[in-house]
Amino acid sequence: MEAFTTHTGRGVPLRRSNVDTDQIIPAVWLKQVSRTGFEKGLFAAWREDPAFVLNDPVYEGASVLVAGPDFGTGSSREHAVWALQQYGFRAVVAARFGDIFRNNSTKMGLLPVVLPAETVEALQSAIEADPATEVTVDLSARQVRWGAEAAGFEIDDYTRWRLLEGLDDIGLTLRHADDVETYENGRQSWLPTTV
Amino acid sequence: MGRTLAEKVWEQHVVRRADGEPDLLYIDLHLIHEVTSPQAFDGLRIAGRKVRRPDLTIATEDHNVPTVLGPIADPVSKAQVETLRKNAAEFGIRLHPMGDAGQGVVHIIGPQFGLTQPGMTVVCGDSHTSTHGAFGALAFGIGTSEVEHVLATQTLPAYRPKTMAIEVSGELPFGVTSKDLILAIIAKIGTGGGQGHIVEYRGEAIRGLSMEGRMTVCNMSIEAGARAGMIAPDETTFEYLRGRAHAPTGDAWDAAVAYWRSLRTDDDAAFDTVVEIDASTLAPFVTWGTNPGQGAPLSGAVPVPEETSDPAAAQRALDYMGLSAGTPLSEIQVDTVFVGSCTNGRLEDLRAVAEVLRGRTVAARTLIVPGSMQVKADAEAEGLHEVFTAAGAEWREAGCSMCLGMNPDILAPGERSASTSNRNFEGRQGKGGRTHLVSPAVAAASAVTGRLTAPADL
Repeated sequence: MEAFTTHTGRGVPLRRSNVDTDQIIPAVWLKQVSRTGFEKGLFAAWREDPAFVLNDPVYEGASVLVAGPDFGTGSSREHAVWALQQYGFRAVVAARFGDIFRNNSTKMGLLPVVLPAETVEALQSAIEADPATEVTVDLSARQVRWGAEAAGFEIDDYTRWRLLEGLDDIGLTLRHADDVETYENGRQSWLPTTV
Repeated sequence: MGRTLAEKVWEQHVVRRADGEPDLLYIDLHLIHEVTSPQAFDGLRIAGRKVRRPDLTIATEDHNVPTVLGPIADPVSKAQVETLRKNAAEFGIRLHPMGDAGQGVVHIIGPQFGLTQPGMTVVCGDSHTSTHGAFGALAFGIGTSEVEHVLATQTLPAYRPKTMAIEVSGELPFGVTSKDLILAIIAKIGTGGGQGHIVEYRGEAIRGLSMEGRMTVCNMSIEAGARAGMIAPDETTFEYLRGRAHAPTGDAWDAAVAYWRSLRTDDDAAFDTVVEIDASTLAPFVTWGTNPGQGAPLSGAVPVPEETSDPAAAQRALDYMGLSAGTPLSEIQVDTVFVGSCTNGRLEDLRAVAEVLRGRTVAARTLIVPGSMQVKADAEAEGLHEVFTAAGAEWREAGCSMCLGMNPDILAPGERSASTSNRNFEGRQGKGGRTHLVSPAVAAASAVTGRLTAPADL
């Protein structure tokens, strides 16, 4: 996983609530067996509308998505995270996230930042007023900064450490293989197997 | 203080607990399908890792498969299914391919085989894994990184979510089903209402549901944002499991049942959040918008956006759905009716549809898709397929079908459906398609009239 410490880039305001993962990447894109090329499918249906915010040239090259509440609800497809990252996003700011999307993001190094709804709206307004606004997402300090503003965000210590170091969960778990084996030896004999 | 059902199952699966770290949870059953697994198997190969417990893993082909006999025409879908076959063979995982008698939608076959049992942890790279919570299992959807993690370690690191009780008192009125109940719950608490929680559905109305009805309720927990949904096991659960292929037998059965009986929330346990609903006030329920929380009783009307909790979202939804505020929901014409999916593709659902369609004729394109080949065989043994075809409906092979736009069963742009599936998101059933989520009984009645209709109004 790519480490995340501090990122500074321009933002895109996505003023829609309940952006489900079917919108982030429609199902037809999920037929691929590779991990690459999903940027073309990002918001594929919405991008057909010339008025959609990602089609506005002033936001070209932006890397922080500032979304409405309940971003990433619905399907567990991690392809949504891959699509956002491959398009160029490093962080998503929203008041609430779908649980699975948020989990998937932290496994891949896309930082989900939870801020109060009013703060998210203030950030969206600042970006709309000046699309060149630089937004800094500082995981070390647990803070988002833009212009003269700064807002703190919460993230648990363990996930923060894993992201800062760019550590792979599987490698971390395999350090505890003995614990897994001990647990397995104590499982109830009636539990089913698939064989 | 006592513990909730969710806490009991969680604690039973903690492999390792350390301060400042998520718990490491053991996973009893890992369900695999073709869509969210290929990149996970690639990851194993790159790292030179094996599947730790192929004997706790099972795979099926469901999302991409056509529901008419014959090979997969789309080369990209075909390649994905073939990739699963290669991975299952390479890593020694049991697979139920298209055409196999055990094939079906991943969340239908687990319970059908008796692989889903009370007190287990069940995961799958699919958000509707919450279905299995109907047995008192802790079951939740995961992404592909976590699929790889479970394949490699049979564990997952996770923080225990908060607990929520949804207490459903009273009895469901005649003609009101588990689907109406869960749609009403989602409309009440919202698509984010369950975020960060494991929901336990409780109360008289829940106890009165069959296992199939309980699966429908737990299936859509994710549409309320919940991490998982659970129902404490009881005699209904045990009777469903008894005699199934992978259920314990003999002394092991008795020992298992004794343990399963302990899987209930203690009287003095406390939930972080409690929601109360009176089942006796409910009626057939449908969605009018583009998320599962945008629903209303079928006897009502399309709402005025300004009168909803999120006017901008409601207006966007009405624009997409081509609806006007104030239109009675029962006047909305549908082009297609879809019966099936992991939400409502089980035998009981098909019986409910047959009861309405018997002796009637459909007025809209109607697809009836069994959730598994076993459901198909069971339905045909009862002659349900004859009722469907006599009414003019199409009786198909098992698969996810029109629940999501990954196989040939899709809506055309602008086409409107009444669907027993779980998501009415924009484009979910095909780009530009418009979806109204309904129960199997309402789907059948709507097929007869060509507009959203409750069976009582036929």
